Amino acid sequence: MTATAPSAPSPAGAGFARDVATVFQREIRPSLREPLGLILSLGQPLLLLFFFGPLLGGAQGVGAPGAGGDSSWQWFVPGVLVMLCLFGPMMSGYNLLTELLTGSMERMLVSPIDRSAMLVGRTLKEFAVLLAQAVLIIALAVPLGFRLHPAGILAGLLLLGVFGIGLGAFSFFLAMKSTPSGELFYGVTQLALFPLMLLSGVLLPMDFGPRWLQMVALANPVSHITDGVRALFSGAYTDPSVLWGFLAAGAIAAAGLLLGNRAIRKGVGV
Amino acid sequence: MIHARGLTRSFTTQHGRVDAVRGLDLDVEPGTLVAFLGPNGAGKSTTLRMLTTLLPPTSGTATVAGADIATDPAAVRARIGYISQKSSAADTQRVGDELFYQGRAYGMSRGRARRRAGELLDRLGLADLADRKPVSLSGGQRRRVDIALGLVHGPPLLFLDEPSTGLDPHSRAEIWSTILRLREETSMTLFLTTHYLEEADSMAERVVIIDRGRTIADGTAESLKAELAGDRVTVALHEADDADRAARVAAGFATAPDRVSRLAPGESAPGTADALNGSRDGAARVTAQVADADAALPVLLSALEAAGVKTAAARGARPTLDDVFLSLTGRSLTEEQAADDPQAHHQPEKEPSA
Repeated sequence: MTATAPSAPSPAGAGFARDVATVFQREIRPSLREPLGLILSLGQPLLLLFFFGPLLGGAQGVGAPGAGGDSSWQWFVPGVLVMLCLFGPMMSGYNLLTELLTGSMERMLVSPIDRSAMLVGRTLKEFAVLLAQAVLIIALAVPLGFRLHPAGILAGLLLLGVFGIGLGAFSFFLAMKSTPSGELFYGVTQLALFPLMLLSGVLLPMDFGPRWLQMVALANPVSHITDGVRALFSGAYTDPSVLWGFLAAGAIAAAGLLLGNRAIRKGVGV
Repeated sequence: MIHARGLTRSFTTQHGRVDAVRGLDLDVEPGTLVAFLGPNGAGKSTTLRMLTTLLPPTSGTATVAGADIATDPAAVRARIGYISQKSSAADTQRVGDELFYQGRAYGMSRGRARRRAGELLDRLGLADLADRKPVSLSGGQRRRVDIALGLVHGPPLLFLDEPSTGLDPHSRAEIWSTILRLREETSMTLFLTTHYLEEADSMAERVVIIDRGRTIADGTAESLKAELAGDRVTVALHEADDADRAARVAAGFATAPDRVSRLAPGESAPGTADALNGSRDGAARVTAQVADADAALPVLLSALEAAGVKTAAARGARPTLDDVFLSLTGRSLTEEQAADDPQAHHQPEKEPSA
């Protein structure tokens, strides 16, 4: 046996951080090598920003909670960012699914890399990508009339990031549960994403709708996150919707990470 | 290197409980090349997934590369390489990047992982493909990438699941020469599943045959063939009426009097091509199991002539692993594989999710 001896085990914490970094770097490398893909995935949000956003200027009642008569852009930009958070992480669940259906995920599961680190590294990559895309969209919205409240922007991005991590972890969980056919993943993402988006008042205020629709939206955690980001982007830091937004995002992140971690520790096809 | 006792795995499916592996015992010494052979659904992949810590056994124990798969999977993972049936490199990643991060996953420093990736790219003839993505590679090239990924940490034990399946003959030969070369260079223990009987026969030092979740034969290909199947001589007769007489003569040469069989015109011997199936189907034939076909054939022919039996054709044949499987189970491995779909339905090789 002339083979290389396995490296000595490092302290658990350092090893975990290392593994997270390895997974994160492996995940983000293709995006850095070909950033065009990230920009193309911004196509839909950008179209909305330029071709739909301006229409809202004339609509009565379009305004962020607690923001008084602030411009419609403070209301609309957060909606676009929430959409980004909904579709981006779900797309990366699809990437994981293809890695599960080929042998590449199995190869990682046979390696000594920490399995929780595989989940955390991947969700951190989602966080980083969302952050970069959100900053770009905000920058493009400024010339249109979006006003910058720096502290609110930071807090809002944090809120969106927590939401993105939760959804990312949840979509990884879904992908792992979908093997070997993948049907569960396609089914849930097809059926859930669009209603979640419509019922969060991303494009038009839920106040425009009938009472029953508003009640349904109230049960949708995404609508609370949307409202929270709107308040923060308008500088209304103490609006109650901020608290509700963080609670909703925190709950989604906790549930997603818990489920995702359990699934990845158990392995695939077990 | 591998010691398994009573390894068992069952799955619960919509159709009820499926026992994929039932009480498998296995011992593999360091440095050997073992071929794990069996029809689809026999439990090959499930066994492999248990030994590589991907799947916990329902019961039984196994020590792999010195560590217990159930109590210390991390140590097992650090010491084994695994090349799965499916492509190991992600389509979104460049070949060189995948090798680098594989090294990182096994705890190498950045510099060492980079050097090791370069080394393997050179050794496996992949240096020009480092910046390509697996989608743009040929089947044989992809397989070489998979092998490189399995070798990054220089494991003392390498598992390969169907390494040459789905490749054209040229690529298959190329993959095999790669595997054999690696073996000479590293004295690695290789444990591979295959359903190509000729591959197991010619490449492996030891063949373990599994059927319905249990080991049914274990030894060198030569010893299995000699003990369980034996050489055979077959003669085709001019006159079907001579069959009785020919059988009596042949019995004198057979390893045992009952190892003589007669085939009526038009009948085919199950699973074997060496009983003059196909070419002389129209004639009555007599087949005898003998110790040494090459030596027995001329003597048998003169004895038949002396007895007044006119022969139309004769063939001496060495047994194949398929004959071994046939004599053990009464079924032919090649035929089972041809009809693998219904079989796979009853005893899935790919585990249904529980």
